Amino acid sequence: MKPRRRHDAVWFWAIRIIAYSTVAVTGYIIFDIIRHGLPAIDWSFLTEYPRRGGAAGGIFPAIIGTLLLVIGTIAVALPLGMATAVYLSEYARRNRYTEIVRMAIITLAGVPSIVYGLFGLGLFVLFLHMGASILAGSLTLACMTLPTIIVSSEEALRAVPMSLREGSLALGATKWETIYKNVLPHAVPGMLTGSILGIGRAAGETAPILLTVAAFYLPNLPRSIFDQVMALPYHLYVLATQHPNAEQIRPMQYGTAFVLLALVLIVNAAAIWLRIRIRRSQRW
Amino acid sequence: MVTDVLNGETVIVSVRNLNFFYGRVQALFDVGMDIPARRVTALIGPSGCGKSTFLRTLNRMNDIIEGAHAEGMVTIDGEDIYRPEADVVALRKKVGMVFQKSNPFPKSIFDNVAYGPRLFGIKGHDALQEIVERSLKQAALWEEVKQRLDKNALDLSGGQQQRLCIARALAVDPEIVLMDEPASALDPRSTAHIEDLIAELRKNYTIVIVTHNMQQAARISDYTGFFYEGHLIEFDVTKTIFTKPGKKQTEDYITGRFG
Repeated sequence: MKPRRRHDAVWFWAIRIIAYSTVAVTGYIIFDIIRHGLPAIDWSFLTEYPRRGGAAGGIFPAIIGTLLLVIGTIAVALPLGMATAVYLSEYARRNRYTEIVRMAIITLAGVPSIVYGLFGLGLFVLFLHMGASILAGSLTLACMTLPTIIVSSEEALRAVPMSLREGSLALGATKWETIYKNVLPHAVPGMLTGSILGIGRAAGETAPILLTVAAFYLPNLPRSIFDQVMALPYHLYVLATQHPNAEQIRPMQYGTAFVLLALVLIVNAAAIWLRIRIRRSQRW
Repeated sequence: MVTDVLNGETVIVSVRNLNFFYGRVQALFDVGMDIPARRVTALIGPSGCGKSTFLRTLNRMNDIIEGAHAEGMVTIDGEDIYRPEADVVALRKKVGMVFQKSNPFPKSIFDNVAYGPRLFGIKGHDALQEIVERSLKQAALWEEVKQRLDKNALDLSGGQQQRLCIARALAVDPEIVLMDEPASALDPRSTAHIEDLIAELRKNYTIVIVTHNMQQAARISDYTGFFYEGHLIEFDVTKTIFTKPGKKQTEDYITGRFG
C-alpha cells in the first residue's frame, strides 16, 4: 500500500473506532440497567406505594409525579417557546437587540440545572408564594427546556422555504395569515420533534425539581397543582444516597432507573417517529 | 424621464423618480415609466440590472427584505401605493405575481388555487370550485388536472407547477400580473405553453414580465423597457426597441455585444 493510502486507512479506522465507542458507552449503560432493572419490574412495583423508605413496595406515585411534571412542563414551555421562535424567526429584525435575545437563549441553554433549581426556589416557591408544588416544579423545568424548544423551533421555521412565504404574501395574505396558514403547518412537526427531545431530557432532571416540587415520600397522589409530588429522578437519587443499606435496595434502584429510562426513551421514540413522518411528507 | 411612447394607451401603472435601496446600496436610479393597461410589457437587461427589483416595487414585495426602501412615486389606477396609509394587502390582491422558481404550496392542487379566495372570505365548496375551475382554465391547466384536484401540487411537472402558480395568482382576480422570469427554469415546450398563455391573458390583464431571454421579449411583448445598472435606459414599443433602438447601450445589449 502506498503511504498516503495507508495514512488514509489509519485515520478512517481511528474515526470509526471513536464513533463505535460512543455507541458502546450508550449500549453498556442501557444493557446494565436492563439486566439489573428488568427483574425488579413487576405489576406491584409499578402500581404500589413505596414501603420501608423505598426498600419495598413500588414507585407508583413517582411515576405519576413525573408524568404530571412532564405535562406541566409541556403546557408552559411549548406555547411560550414556539411563540418566541415565531417572533424571532418571522418578526424580529436582525439588530443588536435581537442578537442580545439570541445570546440570552444560548446562555440559558448552558446554565447548570441546579442553578435553575435555585432560581425556581427563589422566584416561584418563595417570592411568588407557590410553595413546593407541581406548578413551581413545572415552571422551573419549563425555564430549563425553553432554550431547546426555541432553538429547535426556530430551525424548523427557517427550514420552511422563503418562497412559500412570498407566494402567500403575493396573494394578499397578511403576515400573520402567511405564518398561520402557510408556514406553521409545515414547521410544527419539526418544532415538536426538537421540543419533545428537550422535554424528555427535563423529565429525567433531578436538580431543578429537588427544591421546587419533589417530595421524599407522600402517602397519596396530589390533589391540585399546588401539591408536591414524588418524581422518578428524585426517588432514584434518594434510594442511591439516603438509604443506610445500599446493597439491599439495589434492585429498587435499578428498577426505578429502568422505568425512568424507558419513559425517556418512549418520549424520544415519539420524537423520532414524528421526524420520520416529516421527512416523508416534506418534499420541497 | 418619461418619454411618451404609448400613443393614447390607457396607463395603469405610473412610476416617477423611483429610487430603490437595499440598505446603503442603491439598486434603482430615478426610474420613470408608464405601463399600459392590458398589454404585455417586458423588462430586459443583464443580470443585476434592477429589472426584478423594479418589478417587485410594483406589488411592494421588496417590503419583506430587511433594510430595503423605496423613494419616489408609484401609482396604480391613480393611487400612490407607497403613501403611508396604503393597504399592501389590497395592493397585492390587485397586483398578482408569478415567481421565477415556481412555488406551489405543498397542498392539493385545489387548495393551492383556493388559497387566495379563502383569504378574502370566500367559503363554500361550490363557490371555491367555480373559481378553481375558472382559474385553472385561464391558466390552460384544467384539462390536465381536472381528474386529480385533490393530489399534491408538488407531483406536477415543472411547467404544470408554473401554470398552477399563474392560476393561483388569477384566482384572486388581479388587474395586473407581474411575472419574474416565469419560464427561465422550464424546458422549451413548457416555455411555449407559458408564452401562449401570456398572449391569451393579455386580453384581460396587464402583464409585466421580466425576462433575460430577448427573443421571448420580442415574441410576447407590446412594450419593452431596457434596464442597465439600475437605470431605465430606454422604454419603447417592442418592435422599435428590437429594430431601431434609440440608445447605443440598448443596441449593444440586444445585438449581444455585452450582457
